[in-house]
Amino acid sequence: MTNRTKSSWLNEVFFTLKTQVWVWVALVAGLVVTAGPFLWMVSTSFKFPAQQFDGSLLPWPITLNNYIRLFTSAPYLLAEVYNSLEVSVLSTVGQVLTCAMAGFAFSVFQFRGRNFLFGVLLLTLVIPPQVTLIPNFIIFSHLGLIGTKIPLWIVSFLGGAFGTFLLRQYFASIPFELAEAARMDGASLMRIFVRIYFPLSKPALSALAILTFTGSWNELIRPLVYLPSNQKLTTLTVGLSLYQAQYSGQWSFLMACAVISILPILLVFLVAQKQIIEGSALTGIK
Amino acid sequence: MVDRLRLKGTDSWWMFLLLLPTLVGILLGTVGSLLASVAISFTNWNNVQPAQWVGWKNYIDSFTDPRFGDTLLNTLKFAGLYIPASIIAALTAALILNGHAKGRGFFRAAFFFPSLTSSVAVALVFSWIYSLDNGILNQILTFFGAPAVNWMGKENILFSVTIANVWGAVGEGMIIFLAALQAVPATYYEAARMEGAGKFHIFRRITFPLITPALFFQIVIVTVNALQAFEYIYMLTRRTQGESSMATVVYLIYRNGFRWFNMGLASAQAVLLAVVIILFMVAYFRVEKKLVVYDK
Repeated sequence: MTNRTKSSWLNEVFFTLKTQVWVWVALVAGLVVTAGPFLWMVSTSFKFPAQQFDGSLLPWPITLNNYIRLFTSAPYLLAEVYNSLEVSVLSTVGQVLTCAMAGFAFSVFQFRGRNFLFGVLLLTLVIPPQVTLIPNFIIFSHLGLIGTKIPLWIVSFLGGAFGTFLLRQYFASIPFELAEAARMDGASLMRIFVRIYFPLSKPALSALAILTFTGSWNELIRPLVYLPSNQKLTTLTVGLSLYQAQYSGQWSFLMACAVISILPILLVFLVAQKQIIEGSALTGIK
Repeated sequence: MVDRLRLKGTDSWWMFLLLLPTLVGILLGTVGSLLASVAISFTNWNNVQPAQWVGWKNYIDSFTDPRFGDTLLNTLKFAGLYIPASIIAALTAALILNGHAKGRGFFRAAFFFPSLTSSVAVALVFSWIYSLDNGILNQILTFFGAPAVNWMGKENILFSVTIANVWGAVGEGMIIFLAALQAVPATYYEAARMEGAGKFHIFRRITFPLITPALFFQIVIVTVNALQAFEYIYMLTRRTQGESSMATVVYLIYRNGFRWFNMGLASAQAVLLAVVIILFMVAYFRVEKKLVVYDK
């Protein structure tokens, strides 16, 4: 009897060890696949054009020439960074504000047509943005706004299904007794929103802020359509696609451009990865 | 049952104010635009001259032009590869991380990061990885004495584009699956182990049914993304004249609408794409009732 338990215990240890090894192999392989392109990009950006094809992951000799060239022979890069930043920051402010307003209305109060309105809002998720792009373009061109950055961020001030849903989920997890108690003390709707729900929802609000910021920063089709195809006036993503054609084959220089465009996102991610990951998970659970 | 507060006094006005941006957004941005799109699709609008009603012409043109059929086929082929590949990759990553506590935070962050970075920048890197002459993949192949492969050639382009796109999407799905896996009560696993259930049995009978809502959610999201894919296609398959060697419907809409300003035709094709997406959703929600376990 004791013998048998002992052998099955040994068996168990052996088995766990074996699976542990496989898990580590899989994790490291996954890491190589995910980090590989980034390392390759960074390494090439520090190479001289003559070394860009040497296939080595460690650049030698190291040069900062590609980065210096970014600011000398591609002087519009800073303008593009500024344009991307302006659009992304304004979009983020608009989304956080208006989605929080709607999310609060949908989660805390009872009013007629609430479920219907929320259903319609969720349905808008399914409509492809390409369908609304053309009418929106026509509206903005009648308003004389094509070629300006306004169409890129103004729509963020009109709420949105994703953000409203995400925040509603979070608001619903805040103990309802807080709102009820405030109500007993005679607090108005706005007071409950501004003093209780807004301050208590910082994790979800920052998650939405970060997801909106990165989404806006990475956007391609709308800046492509709304902004002139002029390196000084467009955003960084469109700029990058223009450089791809203009500096075709000059990989060490192009990779330096790519590094610059990823850097802000990497910084945001390193500072706030916990909120980002938990925020992204929030929409999928229930 | 969730409790909710009743409105009183001036609350209704504030409520209206809170919902106003969303209401305008739904009416103007979505419902209005959708109706406008349908209307425009029956005209020959080019944003310069006044529009003329042309009836079904744009739809007939789309179906008789082989280019539209090609882009639709490309889109469906891409979706057919992309949907299963990204779901399986994301679920595998989540299952491995779920059973592995050591360094989970680090690996979770590392696997998630690509889905946050600019598709344009990532596609730029992939266009070099795939490069015929000196790309890293071909350097590795020739190092081992194998012949170089034309990754962006006709027979490989679909796979190459899909791989790059999946690479950029795994992290998001993984996060959703991981959250669902961690929400499975540990007592379920303990009870199953007490009864001597094997690992595979536990996955099939407990884990899998309990994550079907997340799986369904993710399949819907990934399908919509696949049918609307644009960034990677634009960056990887665009040629010097601006046409694509693997044009999808969205690519064609972009070219028709904003390069040739044939807004009527582009709108008709956008409406057709919306119909394809709706057909997918209807099919999904039909099987949902059979496959998804909603039980709390």
